[in-house]
Amino acid sequence: MNKTYDTAAEALDGVLTDGMLIAAGGFGLCGIPELLISAIRNAGTRDLTIASNNAGVDGFGLGMLLESRQVRKMISSYVGENAEFMRQYLSGELELEFNPQGTLAERMRAGGCGIPGFYTRTGVGTVIAEGKENKLFDGEEYILERGIVADLSIVKAWKADDTGNLIFRKTARNFNPPAAMCGRICIAEVEEIVPRGTLDPDHVHLPGIYVHRLVQGTHEKRIEQRTTRKMEKV
Amino acid sequence: MPWDRNRMAARAAEELEDGMYVNLGIGIPTLVANYTGDKDITLQSENGMLGMGPFPLEGHEDADLINAGKQTITELARTSYFDSASSFGMIRGGKIAAAILGAMEVAENGDLANWMIPGKLVKGMGGAMDLVAGVGRVIVVMDHTNKHGESKLLKQCTLPLTGKAVVNRIITNLGVLDVVEGGLKIIDCADGVSEEELRTATKATIV
Repeated sequence: MNKTYDTAAEALDGVLTDGMLIAAGGFGLCGIPELLISAIRNAGTRDLTIASNNAGVDGFGLGMLLESRQVRKMISSYVGENAEFMRQYLSGELELEFNPQGTLAERMRAGGCGIPGFYTRTGVGTVIAEGKENKLFDGEEYILERGIVADLSIVKAWKADDTGNLIFRKTARNFNPPAAMCGRICIAEVEEIVPRGTLDPDHVHLPGIYVHRLVQGTHEKRIEQRTTRKMEKV
Repeated sequence: MPWDRNRMAARAAEELEDGMYVNLGIGIPTLVANYTGDKDITLQSENGMLGMGPFPLEGHEDADLINAGKQTITELARTSYFDSASSFGMIRGGKIAAAILGAMEVAENGDLANWMIPGKLVKGMGGAMDLVAGVGRVIVVMDHTNKHGESKLLKQCTLPLTGKAVVNRIITNLGVLDVVEGGLKIIDCADGVSEEELRTATKATIV
């Protein structure tokens, strides 16, 4: 078993097809698979549907794939930081499906766990409920949401061992585990690949069974809202 | 004198009890953290963190450590991290005692609208729909009227809803109101604001 590839482009070799559904990890620009996104841009794959909480910013993250017109549809909860996204959306070039953030995360988790649908209170009585089956449980109304199974998952972790066991760092974990779980193929990019036996098995966040290919690289890790406080006066 | 942003935040902080796990929205709700005093409150950030600390000192920003508003933050001794599915599991599962958030409109039955204005740029609901449907108590902090001076407390919302019959308490610059059977109930008036003024400024039914 060798899951390790030298570059993101090699890790993507043979898995990209036009019109495919990709699940991407990350929240804002935190914990996004920036190397794989760049490699998909270079590969030129088109008509993509991408399930990702956000859509990057202009020129970085998923914003790169919007700029190059490779995305047909986004499934997201919040897309506020991207002018090119808005331009394409308002002109009808880009399709957008808003999902409540927790519904999107659970759709990915469920899809990865063999659960085709689940009932949730989130969105009951709102536009999100339109066209969806609803059902009363114990007198409360719920709507049916579908699990997502993606053709490909692209995620970012902090460390991996060569069998694909992943460890994330701080809030960069976010959507990465559920996104990884819902892919028929999952590629993870990490800051460091260590030999098996190095990670404490009790500290693995995502078992390697979910990860098919691995690539190590250097990440820019851009900060979207740099916010600081002043040193308190003693 | 109606309450300013900080007085509203301070009033909202009075709603929190020792030991609560709480989610604070963007804007005035964020200021609530400054007024919790000695109470032991754990803040949740829905991107995957319990025990959110203050903003970092300059030079200590960490790209891997942000809040749901994408701002750099810090961790505390109690902090734990988890993925987005787990995060919304605890929200949807009712483990978070309260959410304090802003609003564009609240109706007298507790309907909340705070995510989109038709015809204007729609950025998305983020985690707002999940929060209001899942947490134990929903507390709205907002100005009583909009920039045209019209009541934001209505008989019915005119904007698309974030949640149906989800709001428990509303704290505005003019006072505090609860959503009860038949309408809104005045709990408190802001300093120097009379009950009559509060009623006049409110379009929703006051019981």
